[in-house]
Amino acid sequence: MTARPLRIGAGAGFAGDRVPPAVDLVERGALDYLVLECLAERTIALGQQRRLADPELGYDQLLDKRMRLLLEPLVRTGTRLLGNFGAANPLGGARRVLTCAAELGVPVRVAAVLGDDVLAAIDPAAPAWEDGRPLGEHGELVSANAYLGIDALLPALESDADVIVCGRVADPSLFLAPMAHHFGWRPDDDDRLASGTTIGHLLECGPQVTGGYFADPPFKLVPNLAELGYPLAEVCADGTAVVTKLPGTGGRVDRMTVGEQLGYEVLDPTGYRTPDVVADFSTVEFHEVGTDRVRIGPTAGRPRPDALKVSVGYRAGFRCEAEISYAGSTAVARGRLAGEVVAQRLAGTGLRLAVSLIGVDALHGAGPGAAGRPYEVRLRVASVAASRELVEAVGEEVTALYTSGPAGGAGVRVHTEEVIGVVSTSIPRAAVRTEVVPVGPVGSQ
Amino acid sequence: MSRRLLELAHARAGDKGNLVTVVLIPYDPADYPLLCARVSTERVRRQLGGRAVGGVVRHEMANIPGLLFVCERAPGDTVTLSTGLDAHAKSVSSALLEMCV
Repeated sequence: MTARPLRIGAGAGFAGDRVPPAVDLVERGALDYLVLECLAERTIALGQQRRLADPELGYDQLLDKRMRLLLEPLVRTGTRLLGNFGAANPLGGARRVLTCAAELGVPVRVAAVLGDDVLAAIDPAAPAWEDGRPLGEHGELVSANAYLGIDALLPALESDADVIVCGRVADPSLFLAPMAHHFGWRPDDDDRLASGTTIGHLLECGPQVTGGYFADPPFKLVPNLAELGYPLAEVCADGTAVVTKLPGTGGRVDRMTVGEQLGYEVLDPTGYRTPDVVADFSTVEFHEVGTDRVRIGPTAGRPRPDALKVSVGYRAGFRCEAEISYAGSTAVARGRLAGEVVAQRLAGTGLRLAVSLIGVDALHGAGPGAAGRPYEVRLRVASVAASRELVEAVGEEVTALYTSGPAGGAGVRVHTEEVIGVVSTSIPRAAVRTEVVPVGPVGSQ
Repeated sequence: MSRRLLELAHARAGDKGNLVTVVLIPYDPADYPLLCARVSTERVRRQLGGRAVGGVVRHEMANIPGLLFVCERAPGDTVTLSTGLDAHAKSVSSALLEMCV
């Protein structure tokens, strides 16, 4: 049974990822599992806002779209689906999957993994990792979610669920759980868990390992980027794997794409910490073994941390961003003048302004590109303040540049939104109780 | 002869809270010692300008081979709170590759 590699596809690497490549993986990938990773740091806090407005909401906003395209091929091919698209409401997300399945006439069994929501259990006086200040001093706390590991997911995999919906889970754990379940890895088998975690780390951002976030012509070329294929791993019982993509899709999988993704968002390569294990990425060897095929060797592991990381969302005020464009050989000078005028007009408000020229210094400040003289520039003024009314003055003053600013100002856009800040803390494992709740089955009727 | 990193190496930036990571990988593994010798933490901090105002830590990953830089951003310049255009700091890989070595 374990002679054949386990085939796991990554159908999304963030909440906004494309759906057709995920469908292609299910249709042609002979997958055992499709994993969807849909949560960034503050996605759950934003979902919590929607759930407060409507208790049935708070799950991934693209859930319906993904399920309508994926459920039928998943069931037809016998592929199980696992994903964190439950966001702030895994139970609501699981129910929504059932509703979509019923509308499609597709019979599925769905389970939700609960327990990551620890808002009631955290101590607002505990210091935030980032700045040492008490959590509660940052602002009104709106969400606190523990990063769950494979121990929370394994009971769901042992059930008969076809679709498993969770909220906050460490991204690599979404991939490691099916491996540990399939191969029967023990919870103290640190080297295998670390090896599987490396594979999960390589897949968790979806197409970033198959040629996405990579093209830089003429130095780095990606064939047929428009039809970029998403990755799949063929995992062996010892935790090593081949990372590849479907034939005929765009993109590339080689030492360069794998190398970039191995180092992506890693803070300590010798100690990559997840709820399951501490993986030493400096021990991983990888080799090209065919076209778009890279074999990933074993990773050394150490025992898992005692506590779980918690991501805490808080109300951080409101952000206003306002822009206006200028063109011609004097564009930079007029853009600068417009920025100075806005700053002068807002001087009495106490607002801290970020003023930059897009096309000159908006990304890296007074860095490598700031000396250029582009034909057109876009003035950008942004600020964060405690109240919406206060910060909206930024948009009003940029808009007023039409008549009260330099010549030829064009194309004003203003955007104001609430800001949810995120800080981190930890929680003892014993304070986190997870639970698998089946919400199916329903017939196809 | 001085060359831009862009011609020698490729890079990818990532974000974690108030930190930005950049992994720098030579096209030719034979250039890895050159990168180790020339691309110091101090040079990276200067090259990234306003996007890395705090400490920069360099990790050598000989297995890629590549250099991994972990850089501290300014207080308030986090993914969620930043007033900058590139809140994630995803574009800093391009700034690093403009460095001459």
